[in-house]
Amino acid sequence: MIVAIASGKGGTGKTTVSASLTAIWERPVVAVDLDVEEPNLHLFLKPELISTETVNLEVPVLEPSACTLCRACSELCQFKALAIFGKTLMVMPEMCHGCGGCFEVCPAEALKRGNRELGVMEIGHSRGQIPCLTGRLRVGESMSPPLMRHIRHRMAEMAKDMNADLIIDAPPGVSCPAMNAVQDSDVILLVTEPTPFGFHDFQLAWQAFAPLGKPMGVVVNRAGLGDDRAYAFCEAKGLPILAEIPYRREIAEHYAKGGLLAEMDSEMRWRFASLQEGLDRLNRGVSHA
Amino acid sequence: MPKIAVTSEGPSLQDAVDPRFGRAGGFVVVDTESMATTYVDNGASQVMAQGAGIQAAENIVNAGAEILLTGFVGPKAFAALQAAGVKVGQNLENLSVGEAIERFKSGTVTFAEAPNRESHS
Repeated sequence: MIVAIASGKGGTGKTTVSASLTAIWERPVVAVDLDVEEPNLHLFLKPELISTETVNLEVPVLEPSACTLCRACSELCQFKALAIFGKTLMVMPEMCHGCGGCFEVCPAEALKRGNRELGVMEIGHSRGQIPCLTGRLRVGESMSPPLMRHIRHRMAEMAKDMNADLIIDAPPGVSCPAMNAVQDSDVILLVTEPTPFGFHDFQLAWQAFAPLGKPMGVVVNRAGLGDDRAYAFCEAKGLPILAEIPYRREIAEHYAKGGLLAEMDSEMRWRFASLQEGLDRLNRGVSHA
Repeated sequence: MPKIAVTSEGPSLQDAVDPRFGRAGGFVVVDTESMATTYVDNGASQVMAQGAGIQAAENIVNAGAEILLTGFVGPKAFAALQAAGVKVGQNLENLSVGEAIERFKSGTVTFAEAPNRESHS
């Protein structure tokens, strides 16, 4: 099973839930942090780093003497990474999304394959044996999906090789990075908080992810704060609330020390164990459908 | 006399200069001899996720303009305009299109050697 933990609003508790779920998970699991712009799952799982690999995107490099200014590449490129002005083909590798189309359409072999560094992929082990996979975007790089694609490819290999489930800590928001992070999942777990801002973005997340047709469950964090609109929304949309995390000072203190919520006390452990059961039920519901 | 393109918030000489280049509403293209104007809509560039400056530069070149009067131009669009041989007069915001043209005709517009905005990416 692949579980993506997403939210819409940032700071609702995606990482808190991801880290605790990883810790109590009863089957082999790989923890994946796909928030490559600011990964933070490692702060809680504290993996020992075993490998760091630079990830590149293949981008065009111009061989000016070979270019015939035929415009085949510049007309194909949807991202203006290639454009002809006067008698110059301008190549802007930082705009390239790496589709590779320009290499295919160039009749003159004027475009050579070069690299743009996207960032790094890190693999570590937490608590002795739980593999942790993380992407870390290069400072200055403006696109995260190309690096995420690379991490997603590796996580699929790891899940297959180890016969493991995947717990994905997704980036916040509902734009390309968030959509990329939930694409491979069997179940999407939305973490929300019952505040006006939390509820607003929770609705956006539901609107963004519902068309994917994947089963979704909800964790209400800071339960007791705000109002009951998030609960009413869940009921109206048939979204099961799989766990609530109460709004309590001890929880914030435990989190601030880098502790795992599932290990704070037996009550919290029970809440996360029943969350895993709820996710298993959602996943089975789909396979039986 | 050359054709001049002015980034504009509307189609006439009375409209304000749009300080943005890549995401300008449009361009008033003026034939400085006859003072006849045409309007090039730049709406397609405004909605692009990226590459608006490059698209806008293509629009300027396709309109046959040799001079651009605008507010701010970023580095990629500036390099594109230079490659196409378009001269760039910057920092002309807070004027009407007509006032920017008058300023050009009076010879007080200096043409930029470099872009005056940082890259977005």
